[in-house]
Amino acid sequence: MTSASLSLSRDDRPILIAALFILVILVAGTVYTFARFGSAPLLSPTYLLQQLQIGAFLGIVAAGMMVVILIAQIDLSVPWTLAAAAMMATSIGGPLAIPVGLGIGLLVGLVNGIGVAYLRVPSMIFTLGVNAVMRGLMVAHTGGYAPQTAATDLMRSLAADRTLGIPNALFVWAVVSVLVAVMLQRTALGRYIYAIGNKEAAAYLAGVDTRRVTVICFVICGVAAALAGVLLAGYSTKAYQGMGDAYLLPSIAAVVIGGTNILGGRGRYLGTLIGVVLIVLLNSVLSIMDMPEAGRQVIYGLVIIFMLLVYGRGERVTS
Amino acid sequence: MRQRRLALGPSMLDDVAIRVRQNVGIVTAVLLFCVLYVLYNLAHPKGFSSAVLVQNGDEIFALAMLAMAQTVPVLASGLDLSVGAVMTMVGCFASYLLTGTAGGAPLHLDIFGLHLSLGTFPGGISGILLGIVVCLAIGALAGLINGCVVVYGRIQPIIATLATGAVYIGIALFLRPTPGGKIDEDLNWALTNSLGDFAATVHIFDDGAASWFAPVAWIPVPFVLLVLIALLVWVPFRRSVLGRAVYAVGSAEGAAYMSGLPIDRAKIAAFTLAGFFAGCGGLFLAIQTSSGNADIPQAGAYTLNSIASVVIGGTSLLGGTGSAIGSIFGAMILRVISFFFRIFDIAPLLQPLFEGLILLAAVSIGALGVLRVRNTLELFR
Repeated sequence: MTSASLSLSRDDRPILIAALFILVILVAGTVYTFARFGSAPLLSPTYLLQQLQIGAFLGIVAAGMMVVILIAQIDLSVPWTLAAAAMMATSIGGPLAIPVGLGIGLLVGLVNGIGVAYLRVPSMIFTLGVNAVMRGLMVAHTGGYAPQTAATDLMRSLAADRTLGIPNALFVWAVVSVLVAVMLQRTALGRYIYAIGNKEAAAYLAGVDTRRVTVICFVICGVAAALAGVLLAGYSTKAYQGMGDAYLLPSIAAVVIGGTNILGGRGRYLGTLIGVVLIVLLNSVLSIMDMPEAGRQVIYGLVIIFMLLVYGRGERVTS
Repeated sequence: MRQRRLALGPSMLDDVAIRVRQNVGIVTAVLLFCVLYVLYNLAHPKGFSSAVLVQNGDEIFALAMLAMAQTVPVLASGLDLSVGAVMTMVGCFASYLLTGTAGGAPLHLDIFGLHLSLGTFPGGISGILLGIVVCLAIGALAGLINGCVVVYGRIQPIIATLATGAVYIGIALFLRPTPGGKIDEDLNWALTNSLGDFAATVHIFDDGAASWFAPVAWIPVPFVLLVLIALLVWVPFRRSVLGRAVYAVGSAEGAAYMSGLPIDRAKIAAFTLAGFFAGCGGLFLAIQTSSGNADIPQAGAYTLNSIASVVIGGTSLLGGTGSAIGSIFGAMILRVISFFFRIFDIAPLLQPLFEGLILLAAVSIGALGVLRVRNTLELFR
């Protein structure tokens, strides 16, 4: 009983601290803007909603990434899965655009999963290779230029329009969040995922088809990346080379800042949500401050180290 | 007598067989490289020549250093995602410190609107040597910081180096917001050509004309540097207590601790050495391109290629087995594959696709051993 409540608090602490840090960022940013411009844009709902709308793409990628990290793997193919889904969706066009885009993600996830689960190639290297192949396919397909095709109306409205004043992208993010959170907490699959992350051999001996679950996890991650790509293409009205590059490391960082163990088996979806919000707000405060790219990178790295020093420390091997 | 000979023969064969089996990854990598490189030279329009070798050496060196850098933490079952960033940062420092301006180059720092003068960095030969030492020290220091964050911060290496890598890239961007700077021309010429050109530039061995020197004058300097670094840095480290401890930590950290090995120091040493090697790579890249460039995509590509080189070179990502020498061959294989694109005139647009497919094929063939596993439990390690 005590150990159960202890482990609960161990998982909740990162979420609480990350939430507090978001408040710190908001307060510090507001003090800065108030002192410099005499206004507080960070506290206006319009601005916050706009930032969250941009954050929705990262949030969807991070949701998929979290599922893969929970089984102690990683998916480095996200950047070009995202870009490939966006490019294929825009070049197909019409009502089939979104299904084709998501299908690309499913296919890539399937390949990743088979390579990792059945061939037992370390995910770090296999997904890296798949990323290179996807990049090669897309470069060959587009000739290395930004494709001239445009996003369909449905993609644009899902990503850029608003319903009742709230960006549609936020609704999509919310649906993905609910699906992943329910899957992790309320279904057998979710239990299997945590079990595999803790000890794959034990999960296997307990009768879990660990290889199939691994494939499913990679498929979820691939589809999430593809969905983000389709939405991002809708938001910027077209697909472009390298559109996914800015999503790989931030999505891993968001998952880890949210308290998910990079070695798998532990972490809550709420944490990932908070981690995404933290990174998005940090980015927007830094851009309000006119911080050059150099300073951004340094602060970005220091924040990750700081957050992990506060709550992400591993156990000593000596204990 | 007959019995003895019988006993001797098989045991020696066994010995060789065991050694080959223990190093099957490295042996495969070396063989693969030899086959590829011979094919490359046969197919090359100009055939085997010193000029081609020099060009190959220049293109291989930086990745080979980064592959060595990546190997050491991987052996200790860590991963260093900051090697590309350290390389880039050291290159940016080099573009300030190795200008070779006679009379020295003034250094200043512009930060938060302040203009700080840091004095003059000495010029001439002594200045260049000092600059090289400082650059390598910066690389090692970056690695040391990585090691301390991992060991004392108790943060997983992959995520800790992801974060420190962002910091190092930030510093590089701060130093070189746009590509620029300058490297002493003589230094560039001496290090990126053959030994003969090196001797002529630094005026030794009768400017490289000494008769005993002629048979080796065609060897490219990058290869000599690579061999020197491997023999003078990697081999002694591999044989030291710390080096053995790195392997021990990678195969079973708990057991290594119980055996009284200095596991903390071993991990810090592994990351520091990684920083040093990455610094060597960055230094050479800056010298070769005669400029400093805080290129983020390039840093990322080098980091990822270093991991690929390590795997192709026969080092297990789980740690404990492998060698930096194998990784050098892994890096050379990756580079030779891209040389092939040039001579077979494959459309540049298709090159990334082939690179990816070859990488996937290589790791998948290496993974076919799973088909022989009788007990599924053996898979979960």
